[in-house]
Amino acid sequence: MPELLEGVRYGVLASEVSSQVVLFVTAEEYFEAATAARNDGFDCLIDLTAVDYLSYPGARARPASVDCQRFEVVVQLINHRTRERLGLRVQVPADEPVAPSLFDLWPGSENLEREVFDMFGIEFAGHPDMSRVLMPEDWVGHPLRKDYSVGEIPVQFSPQSEPR
Amino acid sequence: MRIPGVGKAGEIAEEGLAGLEHNFITSNVEELVNWARMRSCWPATFGLACCAFEMMAAGAAHYDLARYGMEVFRASPRQADLMIVAGRVSQKMAPVLRQVYDQMMEPKWVISMGVCASSGGMFNNYAIVQGIDQVVPVDVYAPGCPPGPETLMHAILTLHEKIKTGELLKRRQVSGSGETASGAGIMVQQRDGQTAGLTIRS
Amino acid sequence: MSAERVMRRGGDSAVLRLSEAEANRIGADAADPDDDERVMLNMGPAHPSTHGVLRLMLELEGETVLRSKPVVGYLHTGMEKQGENLTYLQGCTNVTRMDYASPLFSELAFSLTTEKLLGVEVPERATWIRMLMCELNRISSHLLFLATNGIDLGAVSMMIYGWREREEVLRFFEKVTGLRMNHNYIRVGGVAADLPDGWRDDLRELLDLIGPRLDEYDVLMTGQPIWRERLQGVGAINADEALALSATGPLLRSTGYAWDLRRDDPYLAYDEVDFDVIVGTYGDCYDRYAIRLNEIRESMKIVEQVIEKMPGGDYRLQDKKITPPPRARIDESMEALIHHFKIFTEGFKVPRGEAYCAVESPRGELGVYIVSDGTGTPYRMRVRPPSFINIQTLPHLMSGGLIADGVAIISSVDPVLGEVDR
Repeated sequence: MPELLEGVRYGVLASEVSSQVVLFVTAEEYFEAATAARNDGFDCLIDLTAVDYLSYPGARARPASVDCQRFEVVVQLINHRTRERLGLRVQVPADEPVAPSLFDLWPGSENLEREVFDMFGIEFAGHPDMSRVLMPEDWVGHPLRKDYSVGEIPVQFSPQSEPR
Repeated sequence: MRIPGVGKAGEIAEEGLAGLEHNFITSNVEELVNWARMRSCWPATFGLACCAFEMMAAGAAHYDLARYGMEVFRASPRQADLMIVAGRVSQKMAPVLRQVYDQMMEPKWVISMGVCASSGGMFNNYAIVQGIDQVVPVDVYAPGCPPGPETLMHAILTLHEKIKTGELLKRRQVSGSGETASGAGIMVQQRDGQTAGLTIRS
Repeated sequence: MSAERVMRRGGDSAVLRLSEAEANRIGADAADPDDDERVMLNMGPAHPSTHGVLRLMLELEGETVLRSKPVVGYLHTGMEKQGENLTYLQGCTNVTRMDYASPLFSELAFSLTTEKLLGVEVPERATWIRMLMCELNRISSHLLFLATNGIDLGAVSMMIYGWREREEVLRFFEKVTGLRMNHNYIRVGGVAADLPDGWRDDLRELLDLIGPRLDEYDVLMTGQPIWRERLQGVGAINADEALALSATGPLLRSTGYAWDLRRDDPYLAYDEVDFDVIVGTYGDCYDRYAIRLNEIRESMKIVEQVIEKMPGGDYRLQDKKITPPPRARIDESMEALIHHFKIFTEGFKVPRGEAYCAVESPRGELGVYIVSDGTGTPYRMRVRPPSFINIQTLPHLMSGGLIADGVAIISSVDPVLGEVDR
């Protein structure tokens, strides 16, 4: 369960999730908080991914002030000088899966955001090349969404018919 | 070893040409051609995943594929006789696999190296082709994840045997669609002891 | 130093942002008389020098590379989706096939994250065995880099030597784990088996062998004029650019930026061993080669210390809910049999929550992020792939250089495509 920390960071209430400071932001607050973090010395975007909470059982462990949405973009920043890591969690609604791109802050987000677009169908506004990166360009669907099946081909075991 | 139409290999090694039973060679064309094909079966590089490392290891110093005249991995499929599909084939890669196969000259053979190439392996999902025999005809399946170099060499020797005994004038029924494609479909045993598994001592 | 170069968006960026359809259209309009200088060249995915199935779209002017685009996904295996359907016990089997040049690191990151969620501590000996195996894996992975870097630049003998020495390390792996690659050795709660008898002698023999061989490589390549000519000043990047592009590992360290998770965010028992973080100066291909060569020496130093300091005790947690009971107990105890059966059929349940753990793999920061919903399988399993992020630097490294240097640059970034595409 995330613990509320004392104080506000970059205009957002800070929480602690698994011994890391995490800011829960909406898609509107996202870019501003990221810019503030960038100016505060978080010089590297270490990871950007997403989670689809469509079939998550029960209530999510989130601070009461957070309006939970289906998608959550998970960003991890690192400040090399203080060796501190900071998490950002962006709530992205299912009916309008759009979040601002961080390309202008950290161009390293380019492929990561493309991957999230490919796998989850979340678009990043202002991204220079919003296209699929892993799946073929004409692929239909977004594989890591929870309503996309794993695509197993059933394997049929039959009794041994002939001597081997 | 007896070379067809020539005599015992040992005698030639010891005595040179004088060791030949006759100073000329008689054979039928089929045996001679098959012998030649078998001895210089150049693979195309089609390394995909983990198995590619074991394929390269088989070509390197310790296992030394050069003994079978196979160390020349050709980058161009036009110069290759054998495609060793080493690794998992994704839906995105499958058309490329077919294209490389189509670019190879007849006669051509395919070894499916590892369980991912043979059946999809542990990755039974949307991304991986469940067995490359849906795309190209396969002659020999080598099991293992990944198959060690010994298993790959066993598969290669099995293929050599097949080439040696093959019928020259009988062309394989292969069409462009892949539907009528049929390889020999031989399955070999794993030879590197990996199936024995890990002994957990407690 | 400035990272302005990598921030550009439009036509003056080194990254070619072109879809497949657009590229085909350009190919069809090649008869345009004004555009006869620029050529679009496709390299891969079945190309001998692209380390597997990497594909590059290159825009060339004569021999000079203007813009390029790495096209990936040709080995996309759906491992993150697959991971949601496999138990935590099977998870290591899945992730180990990701970065097949250094499989133990993915297993380690996965195990560390799961253990963090479970809130368990592994025995000290397990930690040290993990460290030992990972450093040996770093040696084998860097030897592989030296081999492939050699052959990409035409030093075929280096290829043979690199594989020869790697084979010796793999022999030790096979003895310990039963497999040459894809070990599934580091598991949640410890490691799969204890080290075999005589492991110290095996390792001393190995270190005695590899040390002098590295000096041979120095003679063969490091000081050799042709080698320096091919690599020095090729594919240079500065620290700000590398940080902006989220690069980690030898690629970041080659710019002179000392960042190594083993030292800066110690996991396992790295704070108890003594080693140096190797950095470069110019951020070029030569620095990246030299860093990896010397990291092998540092890893050997760590291995030596582990041989001295290896503690006794259990090699895995004796928690019957997480690790299988000792084999002998199954014959005598009904309870042990039931636990064994339950662990291998339905696995163990992990408390709800999320966790991220990162390790310093030979390619950079390899992290695993798991969201658990309290069942026996992860709700979401994400791997932070160092190669996938590092290849973003390729267009910037190649821009303005010759196409012949492109092969050296790809090789020096050392991507493993299984982990790029997952």
